[in-house]
Amino acid sequence: MTDIIKDKAIVSDDWTVLRLTEEQTPDAVDVPAGKTIVPLQVWLLQRETLIKRDDISVWFNSDEQAKDLKDDIARFSLLAVNFPKFSDGRGYSIAFNLRSRFGFTGELRAIGDVLRDQLFYMQRVGFNAFAVRADKNIHDAIKGLTDFSEKYQTSWDEKNPLFRRAERTGAGV
Amino acid sequence: MYRYDHHDHQIIKERIAQFRDQVRRRLANELTEEEFLPLRLQNGLYFQRHAYMLRVAVPYGMLSSEQMRVFALIARKYDRGYGHFTTRQNIQYNWINLEDAPDILEHLSKVEMHAIQTSGNCMRNITSDEFAGVAADEVIDPRAYAEILRQWTTFHPEFAYLPRKFKIAINGSKEDRAAIAVHDIGLTVVHNEAGEVGFRVMVGGGMGRTPILGSVIREFLPWQHVMTYLEAILRIYNQYGRRDNKYKARIKILVKAIGADVFAKQVEEEWADIKDGPATLTEAELKRVASFFSTPDYENLPAQDATFEQQKEQNKAFANWVKRNVKPHKVAGYNAVVLSLKKPGVPPGDATAEQMDFIADLADKYSFGELRVTHEQNLVLADVKQSDLFAVWQDAKSHGLATPNIGLLTDMICCPGGDFCALANAKSIPIALDITDRFNDLDYLHDIGDIELNMSGCINACGHHHVGNIGILGVDKDGSEWYQVSIGGAQGNQAAIGKIIGPSFSAGQMPEVIERIIQVYLRERLENERFIDTTQRLGITPFKEFVYATPIKTTEHHGEDAGSVVSY
Repeated sequence: MTDIIKDKAIVSDDWTVLRLTEEQTPDAVDVPAGKTIVPLQVWLLQRETLIKRDDISVWFNSDEQAKDLKDDIARFSLLAVNFPKFSDGRGYSIAFNLRSRFGFTGELRAIGDVLRDQLFYMQRVGFNAFAVRADKNIHDAIKGLTDFSEKYQTSWDEKNPLFRRAERTGAGV
Repeated sequence: MYRYDHHDHQIIKERIAQFRDQVRRRLANELTEEEFLPLRLQNGLYFQRHAYMLRVAVPYGMLSSEQMRVFALIARKYDRGYGHFTTRQNIQYNWINLEDAPDILEHLSKVEMHAIQTSGNCMRNITSDEFAGVAADEVIDPRAYAEILRQWTTFHPEFAYLPRKFKIAINGSKEDRAAIAVHDIGLTVVHNEAGEVGFRVMVGGGMGRTPILGSVIREFLPWQHVMTYLEAILRIYNQYGRRDNKYKARIKILVKAIGADVFAKQVEEEWADIKDGPATLTEAELKRVASFFSTPDYENLPAQDATFEQQKEQNKAFANWVKRNVKPHKVAGYNAVVLSLKKPGVPPGDATAEQMDFIADLADKYSFGELRVTHEQNLVLADVKQSDLFAVWQDAKSHGLATPNIGLLTDMICCPGGDFCALANAKSIPIALDITDRFNDLDYLHDIGDIELNMSGCINACGHHHVGNIGILGVDKDGSEWYQVSIGGAQGNQAAIGKIIGPSFSAGQMPEVIERIIQVYLRERLENERFIDTTQRLGITPFKEFVYATPIKTTEHHGEDAGSVVSY
């Protein structure tokens, strides 16, 4: 059990993330018993076996696309997106697409190099769960969710831009 | 100009609190330097050779006299009494302490300014025409769109960690003064045949190691769709732009690799999903933002002021200044005035705190309290009465701001170079000063006429050398500083990338090299032919032949190596 941030609270979590070692291949790797988040490639290549289990979920790496999981998206109550490095911003678009284009409504979790100062942006594009990097203080990290109380533009969390939501006055009015 | 409402203030306030805490965590070692780096960059804070450099955003180059006075205050209190105006219409301070940065942001916020996204791999400050709203050749005022896009880009959650930096420029005049062809996205506000307003959208322009002019991917985008369409471009780029090599990470490489047609098709597909959604711009919002850019209370003046004409006739120095530094205005009896920050002996774009305060006073006295920063690193009083020009000239002259050299050889674009910047391969400011020294005869300069000399201290091309009529690039050869020269580059409607004339030169040779290039031009030019036209007509050959014909003597240098004739 590890602590994660989920729906703005710190909760303990019993999912295990399967990461392949260099010797392992996605078609042959043994997926352990118990609640496991497997790489997208493992799911795609071992789908026939894994589909029979109800304790499997899938993580995307940053070079993969939401569309690669296609019709299976709706099967899952949890999906994860990996940030190999915090400066790799592709995961934000993956999350946005999973939510807005493919209508994913389950838990969307950021894993990997997940740090306090990314959380505000991450929750905006559709993440609601964050597995903060293990060496960081999760009680500090959760503060990142409330850095801003207002935002200009639309994303997953805010369907209307500020100019449609708020009364804003022009010059000399 | 645009004024913040309580929403804007709230966002800036929360930003300062966020950044103050990030600085605190860095100083307490809760953040490693690697983790802190993108955070401080997205707040315009670079670490340079001697200290931190803070880049403050001047949105689309417009600022008020009140804001200029705060720039002066920051220069005095936190820097060494000066600031440097940049090619992206911003201002940089070169001697900043990290601990002071949050307090500087507090000062800025009081006059509705910030340093958000002035650096880092995100959407940067949007640049525009320095004469927006007053230019005689303006078709549509781009400022309301620039402000709307400023808000859209500010803290956009999905595009804060792009493969590389991302620059948007917007122009609404016949002549492109915003260099849109060398931007990641270049927008031109246009009318279609039905007279409706929209944008011609260019993508994939850029300088740096691989200079490329942008490609038009949409001839007409109705104005309502500007944010959703840009969102589609950014989403494609965020997912497919290269991240394995920082020199191949700009959108220009992606567009070139897959072709502009294919890129355009991908954008259209992506856009289909979000087109007409709630992010579509409304008439009401456009009107609201445009209301901040309404025309000031111009007086009803004759097109020609008799006293002004007389002053020009009687005073040659004034006439020279008018010829170079005074620009046409859309309202009769008014002109825009360019205050030159290219005085001989001063690094291009630098202004002292005293000058800043004085410029703010000039703006209050003569130009409705507003100023512009140009991408050629000068300042503009946009609304000066013709009858005030003589007084403005005298005032400006008293503070070293009336060098009559706008558009001339000594009006160089120049990056801070190796004196300050940790990225630079070579110094640039001392070379600029040496060249300015060589061309100190005003009559000679005016005879040479329109010419753009741009200089960068490294391949990142902050000095826009690729699009200089003469471009100078500092290169490193076996640990010493050399300079590569290109000619024929241009910005604006006839944008072109310059061609390198041959092997590079030592610093001390540069004034003579420029002199020889100019001599070829003076020898070969047809009547009224500008330098750029001659170079484009003849190609590089005659220049190359003459420059390398005989050994090139070296000149003594400026700066810390003054007095020596060896290379830097």
